[in-house]
Amino acid sequence: MSIPTVINAAGRAVMTELNGKPAIPFRGVGKYRPSGNRYGPPIPSCTDFPPDGNKVVTTLEEALLRCGIRDGMTISTHHHLRDGDLISNRIFEIASVMGVRDLVWFPSASFPCNEPVIKYLEDGTINRIEGSMNGPLGRFVSEGRMKGTAVLRSHGGRVQAIQDGEVKIDIAVLVAPSSDSFGNARGTGGNSACGVLGYAKADAMYADKVIVVTDNLVDIPCLPMEIEGNYVDYVVVVDKIGIPEKIVSGTTQITKSPDRLLIAELTAAFLEKSGILKDNVRMQAGAGGTSLAIGVFIHEILRKKGWKSKFGFGGSTRYMVEMLEQGQMEYILDAQVFDLESVESVTRNPKHVSYPVFNAYNYHSKGNLTCMMDIMILGATEVDLNFNGNVVTHSDGYLLHGIGGWQNCLHARNVIIPLPLFRDRIPVIVDEVTTLCGPGELIDVVITERGIAINPLRKDLIESVRNSGLPLTTIEKLKEEAERICGKPSKPVFDEKIVAAIKWVDGTIIDTVRKIKK
Amino acid sequence: MDSNCAVTGNSGPRIRSDCRLSLCLKNEGGITFDLKSKVETLYGESIRNLCSEMLGCFGIANAHLEIDDSGALPFVIMARLEAAVKKLTGIRIDFLPDFPEEYKYSTLRDRFRFSRLYLPGNNPSLMINAGLHSADGIILDLEDSVAPVRKDEARLLVRNALRQLDFRGAERMVRINQGERGMDDLDALIPQNVNLVLIPKCENPENVREVAERIRDILAESGLTNPVYLMPIIESALGVELAFDIARADESVVAMAVGLEDLTADMGVRRTREGNETLYARNRIVNAAKAAGIQPIDSVFPDVADMEGLRNNVAVSKALGFEGMGCIHPRQIAVIRQGFAPETDEIEKSKKIVIAYEDALSKGLGVVALGSKMIDPPVVTRALRTIDLAVKLGILEPGWRDESPAEA
Repeated sequence: MSIPTVINAAGRAVMTELNGKPAIPFRGVGKYRPSGNRYGPPIPSCTDFPPDGNKVVTTLEEALLRCGIRDGMTISTHHHLRDGDLISNRIFEIASVMGVRDLVWFPSASFPCNEPVIKYLEDGTINRIEGSMNGPLGRFVSEGRMKGTAVLRSHGGRVQAIQDGEVKIDIAVLVAPSSDSFGNARGTGGNSACGVLGYAKADAMYADKVIVVTDNLVDIPCLPMEIEGNYVDYVVVVDKIGIPEKIVSGTTQITKSPDRLLIAELTAAFLEKSGILKDNVRMQAGAGGTSLAIGVFIHEILRKKGWKSKFGFGGSTRYMVEMLEQGQMEYILDAQVFDLESVESVTRNPKHVSYPVFNAYNYHSKGNLTCMMDIMILGATEVDLNFNGNVVTHSDGYLLHGIGGWQNCLHARNVIIPLPLFRDRIPVIVDEVTTLCGPGELIDVVITERGIAINPLRKDLIESVRNSGLPLTTIEKLKEEAERICGKPSKPVFDEKIVAAIKWVDGTIIDTVRKIKK
Repeated sequence: MDSNCAVTGNSGPRIRSDCRLSLCLKNEGGITFDLKSKVETLYGESIRNLCSEMLGCFGIANAHLEIDDSGALPFVIMARLEAAVKKLTGIRIDFLPDFPEEYKYSTLRDRFRFSRLYLPGNNPSLMINAGLHSADGIILDLEDSVAPVRKDEARLLVRNALRQLDFRGAERMVRINQGERGMDDLDALIPQNVNLVLIPKCENPENVREVAERIRDILAESGLTNPVYLMPIIESALGVELAFDIARADESVVAMAVGLEDLTADMGVRRTREGNETLYARNRIVNAAKAAGIQPIDSVFPDVADMEGLRNNVAVSKALGFEGMGCIHPRQIAVIRQGFAPETDEIEKSKKIVIAYEDALSKGLGVVALGSKMIDPPVVTRALRTIDLAVKLGILEPGWRDESPAEA
């Protein structure tokens, strides 16, 4: 069965119908205009809730039953417990025993620990996943084994879809390291602290029913109220919501690879010599080893010049916390926390605050934090000759990663992608990306160990480093060099069947992923 | 293992950019493959084609080839397969990858040799990006870093690496094995535009002459004229005693290095951080090298995590008169370069002396004076060297005189 497709503004064949609902093909950056009102969940009444505020029920089963779990519902979860999450899989285990079918799982991200979910995709409990596909889940989807079509959204696209009513969450199951019996909850305290709960905000506000699951019940009020109890239907107390050492790294580490350090050094040098790095700079970088190293080199430059960054947007790490504490960064705004040092910092430092992705990344809102960022350091699995980026599939065509905040972050003033020219033998700079996740017009600079390519659209940046002595090159030359070293790669062969849709930040479809032909 | 089968290369969870290859000769059935590769989709076909072509060249019509590939580049696969074929058949034909003209360059006798990066000769993943780190020299090592049973396959890998990798102007060095095996190394590698050969555990001038003669023979046979320099490494008490003779054993010797691990073992002492136990040896080697007009080069600093320790080590090394040292990690390169470069105050002082010297020359004065102070000729010589070094390192503009105030 093949779904009819049209060619969207990015030249990609995409469907006009997705999982039985009409879908809008990508129209170009900033071209699609939303209309209508934000979605509103049903109006609750105080009379349906215990007057003493105690919403605790004994088990997750009971909570799900009381929420009226039934076939076809959409169940949302957040990923703050990362690879240490013990609850998401449990939801579907319960649903499977109950005989509930065709659920839609709507996580803010999935992790290797969610591999058991495959069992429930196979037995019909889950129809599809709308969220990131990591490792084994990605393979399952790419092999065409999932019943419905996967939908991949950015973190911002996810809250946009919730807010716009594109996805109606029937039940949000929100794990919380600490909660009171009313459902006020936070990301700190207890044995499973994850720092902040930024990804859960939209789910709490817009879901029909909300269940908070905690292993640390505290007295009312649980402060700060990252999830406000007024949105919560039930509170479930369990022994353990997560495995602490898999929730946050004991400590994040900068890369030790000399090649990655070279890329990081080049990136910092580029930021300095181009003038992008300046006093009061606003910056964001990921928690990967290379990004962390870039952060360390930037920290050095700021210190040397007597400058500071006005704020950094997390995921925070100890390296960012060091900038804050040593005076080279004024504030950390944080959507997630990656290590114990950052959990500690967000708990006690008033200049390190939770800032949900709902506020930072939502494209359908009155302004957007990412547009204000001066420096945005991102990764990619592939970048092509038009500077288009791919973050969800590998060159072999398999779905392997979620979009994360990547698409949202492309709206920053200067988007820099530092990456190795090839990984083992796999070229990273290619003729055309396997899957289009971000249009090249938003990607400004690609920095590899073998040279820096600036997007020709950014004449100002090209001019700014003309006589800098930096190893400037073109994206074409980088691609040629990758192929000279690795050889010209063959392309994966795909089946007709579309297994996943890639959403752009405005809810339109920018590309699709097809089944791998065996 | 079946005598008709040979295994080469490496595989495993920590292995990257390499492959483990098992070749079994058959009497019939053509060429069959069992390829397990993380790049199957992108390069599976090209790997099979390459191997088929190679086996054809070696005249092998029936064989089973098992490859466990972790993203090996073509030159690596070629080296692994050639090694397996040679193990089984002893065939003398070489299957050579392309050798771009721009990788064939010569170096100068007195170029800087501050940092030379050691790369284990049987580990392709460390070689691929080695040229990016701005080392003065890159050493593909066939000696201590390669297990005895892997020597033959490493030699082919190093040969192919010299033809296929871009070392970006770094001096192309190899450390050969001792004795007869070292001669085989030279036969395979000298035609690959090697700039410098390190002779390990050099104990007498005869070791040097033997290598130098073999190199001249190979160059003559191959019709090559590029210079191939020698750097003997002194790693024994006897070598230290004969250092001066070794340093001037052949005109192609341009530098002499000390290897402290083996030297301390030979002397029966423990290698310490302070290095007092080898102070005499290092002094003697520096002196012998300077007397022979070649560069004295220090040993490697073994703790790659300790950059502060390395910095101190370089400072001591420079103070003793060494003009470079070995690196075992690319991150050591910048620290070593910085350490050996002249310091700012040293440059400033030298500038004044050089200007005073040139002034005296132009006025026909026999005595150089700076203010009321007389400058001795050796001080002038040292200042001229410092300025020369600073200009060559790019720390000082060649036109620095124009920017200096005339009265300086």
